[in-house]
Amino acid sequence: MNKKRKSISYGKWGYLFILPFFLCFFIFSFIPLLDTIRYSFFEYYRSGIKEIGPNFIGVENYKSLLESDMLKYAGNTLILWIIGFIPQVVVALVLACWFSDLRLKIHGKQFFKVVIYLPNLIMASAFAMLFFALFSTNGPINSILESIGFIKEPIDFLGSVLGTRSLVGLMNFLMWFGNTTIMLMAAIMAISNDIFEASEIDGCNSIKRFFYIILPLIRPILAYTLITSIIGGLQMFDVPQILTNGQGNPDRTSMTLIMFLNSHLKSKNYGMAGALSVYLFIVSGILCFIVYKMTNDNDPDGSKRAAKKKAKAEKRKG
Amino acid sequence: MNSKSVNRVRSIFAHIVLILLSFLCLFFFYILIVNATRSHADLQKGFSALPGNYFFENLKSVANDGSFPMFRGILNSLIVSTCSAAICTYFSSLTAYGLYAYDFKLKKAAFTFIMAILVMPTQVTAMGFLRLVTNMGMYDSLLPLIIPSIASPAVFYFMYSYLQSSLPLALIEAARIDGSGEFRTFNQIVIPIMKPAIAVQAIFTFVGSWNNYFVPALIIQSKDKMTVPILVATLRGADYMSFDMGKIYMMIMVAIVPIIIAYLILSKYIIAGITLGGVKE
Repeated sequence: MNKKRKSISYGKWGYLFILPFFLCFFIFSFIPLLDTIRYSFFEYYRSGIKEIGPNFIGVENYKSLLESDMLKYAGNTLILWIIGFIPQVVVALVLACWFSDLRLKIHGKQFFKVVIYLPNLIMASAFAMLFFALFSTNGPINSILESIGFIKEPIDFLGSVLGTRSLVGLMNFLMWFGNTTIMLMAAIMAISNDIFEASEIDGCNSIKRFFYIILPLIRPILAYTLITSIIGGLQMFDVPQILTNGQGNPDRTSMTLIMFLNSHLKSKNYGMAGALSVYLFIVSGILCFIVYKMTNDNDPDGSKRAAKKKAKAEKRKG
Repeated sequence: MNSKSVNRVRSIFAHIVLILLSFLCLFFFYILIVNATRSHADLQKGFSALPGNYFFENLKSVANDGSFPMFRGILNSLIVSTCSAAICTYFSSLTAYGLYAYDFKLKKAAFTFIMAILVMPTQVTAMGFLRLVTNMGMYDSLLPLIIPSIASPAVFYFMYSYLQSSLPLALIEAARIDGSGEFRTFNQIVIPIMKPAIAVQAIFTFVGSWNNYFVPALIIQSKDKMTVPILVATLRGADYMSFDMGKIYMMIMVAIVPIIIAYLILSKYIIAGITLGGVKE
């Protein structure tokens, strides 16, 4: 009896301690979210100094967004993300294997880790500004390439679709491969050493070691990296925004979804910005749900379920 | 014997690739530093791998530029990032402790909720946030960049994992028996235990806030309140071809060098901290 009363009185402290978090979330995230959803159904924008609306127009904003270039920008975002992500994950996997393979005796491991993680902490906007200056037609990169006789005419990197996209991809690669390497390395280190020793005795070479031991065992973390990277890619903004000065040049081929949202917000077109936010909210909600399942399930990648299914099928056969 | 020599070759190959990648990572920063020490006229002549002697002139012209108040920006960024890091880690620890140490009805629901919004992008609520901030009269001030960091699900999750691994509930019980109040227990017993986790997360929150561009660009209007990323962006938007290039490189340099120096000093903790938050075993 006494004990029960005690636990109730302590419970109040629990509520008190978590109150600031939820209050802050409610005010600065939840109310804005409701407001965003509400205005997505209104015609509400500013033309010149005149404010139009808010007039209720149902799902008009959503429809006109689908008819506008939104899908093209979604495609751009996807392309820019893939250009950065594929080399990033390949390089990270290779490096993580090397770092965790004791037979290779990598020297200066800590030094390499520090260096490859460095670009991740650099301010993305300053990094993009730096790339803009370095890769401009009279910038140092062109001058270096010319002086070693690699090219005759300066290359206009930011004038071509391929050039701009590659630069964004390169920057994303540089900023994230170190982070991914360290994550994957931790996952490989967590694999029991007995497995590697046993496989070595059985004559497993490093390629087999990678495909048959490491890859299946780090699959959950690889999947986690993939999903969080997609969420990060969806938010891609700073780098292309600064590199192209918000224009998404050339011909808006490097315009991302958030840049599109930003331009609506800057021009105070709240109706359209709201509808675009809701689209983004739905997509990221699905991705969040997947991450939630991964971090809270004991069967994050469905491998156990698959194994169970297989066992069942075999049972039926036998 | 054979496998040993294979490993030898692989090891050499691995070192070459690692050196190339490190070169790629450092090369751009090297050019930045070299170019920041050269004059505009010098830069026009083409690239040189050796630094010039214009470092202090460039630094002076950055410091005296009224249209891009870089040092004012650094001060603003320092205020925002330091305050964010402080309140974010304190309240995340408080929330984590509240959910870890106490039993109450909505405990499970609260935890599930935070986990569900763990990786929700802030951009989706940006429009409502902008309107809310305007209505509250906080438009064009630094406060809306600081206060929302009280609710950081990812930092909370890190703190919660840390508490699980390093705070025995018996310790809290013992503090109670000794007559310590709940709040005092948290501030004087739990916080010191959480110091390592707080340090790691403070660094990450600081860096994240220092580099943040999207939200500040929406909220901040006046020049004297701009943070560093907005200043860099306005630099890009300005008619940049007519500028002193040495000064531009110097501006980029003062924007990123403080973080690089801090990183090199704290790299040991940062590298160790990355995996703690992200990977769940």
